[in-house]
Amino acid sequence: MAGAGGGGNDVQWCFSQVKGAIDDDVAEADIISTVEFNHSGELLATGDKGGRVVIFQQELESKNQPQCRGEYNVYSTFQSHEPEFDYLKSLEIEEKINKIRWLPQKNAAQFLLSTNDKTIKLWKISERDKRPEGYNLKEEDGRYRDPTTVTTLRVPVFQPMDLMVEASPRRVFANAHTYHINSISVNSDCETYLSADDLRINLWNLEITDRSFNIVDIKPANMEELTEVITAAEFHPNQCNTFVYSSSKGTIRLCDMRASALCDQHSKLFEEPEDPSNRSFFSEIISSISDVKFSHSGRYMMTRDYLSVKIWDLNMESRPVETYQVHEYLRSKLCSLYENDCIFDKFECCWNGNDSVVMTGSYNNFFRMFDRGYRQDVTLEASRESSKPRSVLKPRKVCTGGKRKKDEISVDSLDFNKKILHTAWHPQDNIIAVATTNNLYIFQDKL
Amino acid sequence: MTLTLHHNMTCHPISMRVFFFYTVYCVFFCQHKEIDDNVISPEKAEEVKLKARYPHLGAKPGGSDLLRKRLQKGQKFFDSGDYNMAKAKVKNKQQLPAVTPAEKAEITGDHIPTPQDIPQRKPSIVASKLAG
Repeated sequence: MAGAGGGGNDVQWCFSQVKGAIDDDVAEADIISTVEFNHSGELLATGDKGGRVVIFQQELESKNQPQCRGEYNVYSTFQSHEPEFDYLKSLEIEEKINKIRWLPQKNAAQFLLSTNDKTIKLWKISERDKRPEGYNLKEEDGRYRDPTTVTTLRVPVFQPMDLMVEASPRRVFANAHTYHINSISVNSDCETYLSADDLRINLWNLEITDRSFNIVDIKPANMEELTEVITAAEFHPNQCNTFVYSSSKGTIRLCDMRASALCDQHSKLFEEPEDPSNRSFFSEIISSISDVKFSHSGRYMMTRDYLSVKIWDLNMESRPVETYQVHEYLRSKLCSLYENDCIFDKFECCWNGNDSVVMTGSYNNFFRMFDRGYRQDVTLEASRESSKPRSVLKPRKVCTGGKRKKDEISVDSLDFNKKILHTAWHPQDNIIAVATTNNLYIFQDKL
Repeated sequence: MTLTLHHNMTCHPISMRVFFFYTVYCVFFCQHKEIDDNVISPEKAEEVKLKARYPHLGAKPGGSDLLRKRLQKGQKFFDSGDYNMAKAKVKNKQQLPAVTPAEKAEITGDHIPTPQDIPQRKPSIVASKLAG
């Protein structure tokens, strides 16, 4: 698979599709909160603040246009979570979908886990394309026939029907988290998964809903002594005993579940040493890790903090092996970003299929790709202006000072309300899904 | 920065001039370096700006206050009755004067919120626009 594009590299990203309403007045429920491809890349799921899940399916490549990859069209949509009220604390529980994770496919049906702040649900998405017809006691529309009018018997047969996709909740994993769930991760054993909130991580069996095991607990005896919270957690892609969790202090802990039942003692601690003379009021806030993702190989992991993306080799805890600046020009804007709360924005990051390129979002509907091999990076924009079918995206540039060149945008002109927090990369192909506030953009490389 | 002079302090007129210029240069360099410290770190400059605007900002920025606020995220209602009233968009017939602006308070008990104070909430019964 080719690299990030821009410069001398051979990948050019083209607009493919955009989903969602065009109007500028965005209802809060329509804000996209998570995007995730399934393991084959055929399905793409989104979750929003209104608790709804929309799943898109890639159309099979048509014989007429072998050069074009299939489009993603709506496959299923359902209301995953509803708003709830915690009576004990008089707190509202948002229905916002924080994360969606697909299970590897085992049979004809698809399964995914979706979670809000408190409850995880396992959804089964199945297709129905046949229905039985020819009942003896019922008419085709369901009305019961008068038994006295039945004179012959027939065997009902399955007849083809229009495809119907049904989503049904198969498991509800509730009441295991006092704090707000930020991550879920399915284990490579396909039997268990973890859920992490601000202070605890629980291990579940996918079949059992009334019991979960607490595997990490960083809640201090005295809450006044609280210094850090868990921000993200993920299982290793092929070692079923290993998982990592990141903290608001910029550290990542790797834990081995074989060591003990409660993994409060980490096996590895990944932390980049900080120059104490550079420390400021903002240091800890911008070092808080908002996302952690293992590479597909399992050899590396990537972390996202406010200004950068770091790649860590699991064999080296002392510092990351690569650091990429996402929007370093914001360092001189931290005061206003603190005032408008943007400094607390949680950006996610993702790997491409062969771990050669990483991608993350920024402001002004910009997103960035970093090619690890070619040492190139590119800034692209998800906007309606560059939404002509198959039009190639033009690299964007932010001007940091001095004279602004034509086509550059100055830091002060950036729209901080247009943030790309969620992106996803197809597991095999160069197809990416980029979520702006309420729209989902799909880009692919020029074939 | 301490000045360490390794000159041989003879009273040679030329060496005195050299010493004089050397001292001036060292002092100048010292001051210049201090200016550089502020210029080098934009982060520290931003911190100065913030402290100027909010002088009472806590000494432990990433500490308990911020984290506790994060742990307590979620709109608080007085009780479930409040919540259900807000959900059902019931308007109180008696127009009580709004005492305080609708703010996200960490602890309730300061005042009893009236339905006017609470922003209206309703679950999404409409289909997602992504599916449209």
